[in-house]
Amino acid sequence: MSTTTPMTPMSAAHHTLPTGSPLSRFGWTLADAWTITLRDLNHWVLRPGTVIVGWVFPVMIVLMFGGLFGGAIGVPGGGGYFEFLMPGMFAMTMLFGLETTMMAVTTDAARGVTDRFRSMPMSASAVVLGRCVADMLNSVVGLVIMIGTGLLLGWRWEGGSAAAPAAVGLLLLLRFALLWVGIFVGLIAGGPEVVTSVQILVWPVGFLSSVFVDPATMPGWLGAIAQWNPLSTTATAARQLFGNPGWGGESWIAQNATLMAVVWPLLLIAIFLPLSARGFRRLGG
Amino acid sequence: MSADLPAWPDGKRVDVKAVEFAIAAQGVRKNYAGAAEGAGLNGFDLQVPVGTVCGLLGPNGAGKTTAIRILTTLLRPDSGRASVAGFDVRAQPRQVRERIGLVGQYAAVDEILTGRQNLVMFARLSHFSSAGAKRRADELLERFSLADTGKKPVGKYSGGMRRRLDLAASLIVAPPVLFVDEPTTGLDPAGRREVWAAIRDLVGSGTTVLLTTQYLEEADRLADRISMLRAGRVVTEGTPEELKSAIGGDWLDIVLADAEDVAATEVIAGRIASGEVRVDGEARRVSVPVAERTRALVTMATALGDAGVEPVDITLRRPTLDEVFLHLMGEQTPTGEETVIDHQTLTGERAVIDDRAATDDRAGEPPGGGDPAANRPASAGPATGTEATV
Repeated sequence: MSTTTPMTPMSAAHHTLPTGSPLSRFGWTLADAWTITLRDLNHWVLRPGTVIVGWVFPVMIVLMFGGLFGGAIGVPGGGGYFEFLMPGMFAMTMLFGLETTMMAVTTDAARGVTDRFRSMPMSASAVVLGRCVADMLNSVVGLVIMIGTGLLLGWRWEGGSAAAPAAVGLLLLLRFALLWVGIFVGLIAGGPEVVTSVQILVWPVGFLSSVFVDPATMPGWLGAIAQWNPLSTTATAARQLFGNPGWGGESWIAQNATLMAVVWPLLLIAIFLPLSARGFRRLGG
Repeated sequence: MSADLPAWPDGKRVDVKAVEFAIAAQGVRKNYAGAAEGAGLNGFDLQVPVGTVCGLLGPNGAGKTTAIRILTTLLRPDSGRASVAGFDVRAQPRQVRERIGLVGQYAAVDEILTGRQNLVMFARLSHFSSAGAKRRADELLERFSLADTGKKPVGKYSGGMRRRLDLAASLIVAPPVLFVDEPTTGLDPAGRREVWAAIRDLVGSGTTVLLTTQYLEEADRLADRISMLRAGRVVTEGTPEELKSAIGGDWLDIVLADAEDVAATEVIAGRIASGEVRVDGEARRVSVPVAERTRALVTMATALGDAGVEPVDITLRRPTLDEVFLHLMGEQTPTGEETVIDHQTLTGERAVIDDRAATDDRAGEPPGGGDPAANRPASAGPATGTEATV
């Protein structure tokens, strides 16, 4: 089984593409996925504006909320608003990443690029895997920039040496779960126009959470929804692990935020990963 | 893009089964749940001999794209059999994919990447080595006259350049069978000529091509054989010349200077016509089917002279594919619909058949109204009568 491609005219005449063993097939899946990832990294280089705006936007939100509204917002436990806001905004940054995924998936599908991939003898899962790696890299950079911004603004983590990486891990787990939501929505959307309108919904989801304010300040039923919002549980878990001020309360969800910061993403993955896979299959009618 | 370029110096080729037909489909059916998704297939049959160009011609909604998507393994048929390069599209999709290139309806290339980066990416996904992918990309850029613009983002390409890049991307592995879905839709005349030249070039290197188009001129120029598709099935098939001969003799076109002369000319034409006279009021053109060429020409010219009508142009010509198309489609359509197609085709600068207008027309009819033919399933009844083997 040839795994390399000798480029002499002689071999070119009767070259057979590798279809062979599961191991070589898996190797090709990884290689193909990396090619797809590189494609996105090339986008960063060729259109730096788009990706940089994506990274800077959450910083702007931090400055806006922290600077403009922060003084008017009371923080549970009496800490500084930046201390409260930053972990919430880390979670919010993961949510913004959803927009990148949706847009990329739907644009490829609408432009026929997905069909070209599917008409090639490459592994189908490589397309998704490549998207995963590229989007996770994007969000890791975004998160690093946000942590840097927080440090510049005086935010600190107080927890132990294992707690902070655990918080980062939970944030990226949420991003990974949202990736599958994004792929699914991107596949069923049918075009960038539809995605643009879906993107607006990111805001109500963001506001109806504990990212910006303590849910205890909301009307009871609204506060309950905000507490159970997956964004809130991850934000709350991050606050606890970073040792930052957060909201408390006697409710079950307030007591078990860290548990739910694991359960919610796993639940989202369990729902949307199969749905995305089905979406890809359904492209084939 | 000269023909004496060494064909595929660096290309990979896969073994091709010794088969008579590069593409064969039998009784393929596909129904969509939602009508908006596209037109289905309704017993689609097709045989394309190795090394030929088959033009799949039909109006919008006839099922052309659905046929392409099934043959390229992108869509599963509900029933029927289809094979490409000797491999079954349902049972052996991977083997099929290794042997085909697909140029879809939209230039399926990455807009942000440069032309060269696109080709390198697709070559890598075709499992070329890193250096091999770059070499292949450069060869293809050269071959499709894109070498100068290879370093520019595709977003800055013209429509014709984009389609050529799309073609190049489909040819990375020098596929034995190439599917081209409406290659020139939306292109300006210059872009259309570029793409035609590129496709003709390919055919020279032995590739079997299945081309869909709604432009009759395109099928006439590029295809060895044409299959006309209507409502998801092939209604007739043959070489362009055979199809033209099938609807009978030649045509006499009279173009008039004065719109007032049209009616008089139509009356005179009626006397010598061997079939239905077609009148295009806007172009002031009367088209007359004639049986005896010279006699008809002389009679017509004399009669016009006697009547004091001064034509701008009198031309004796073979039927166009338009007329074949109208003839075939007309026989199966309610008369009102035929007029719409007729008008659009004869007045259009190019030979464009677009039955969206016709469909709208039908939708506009009162439900259950007058013409029973409008409610007739396309697969039943007189449809079979036109399936003349030519």
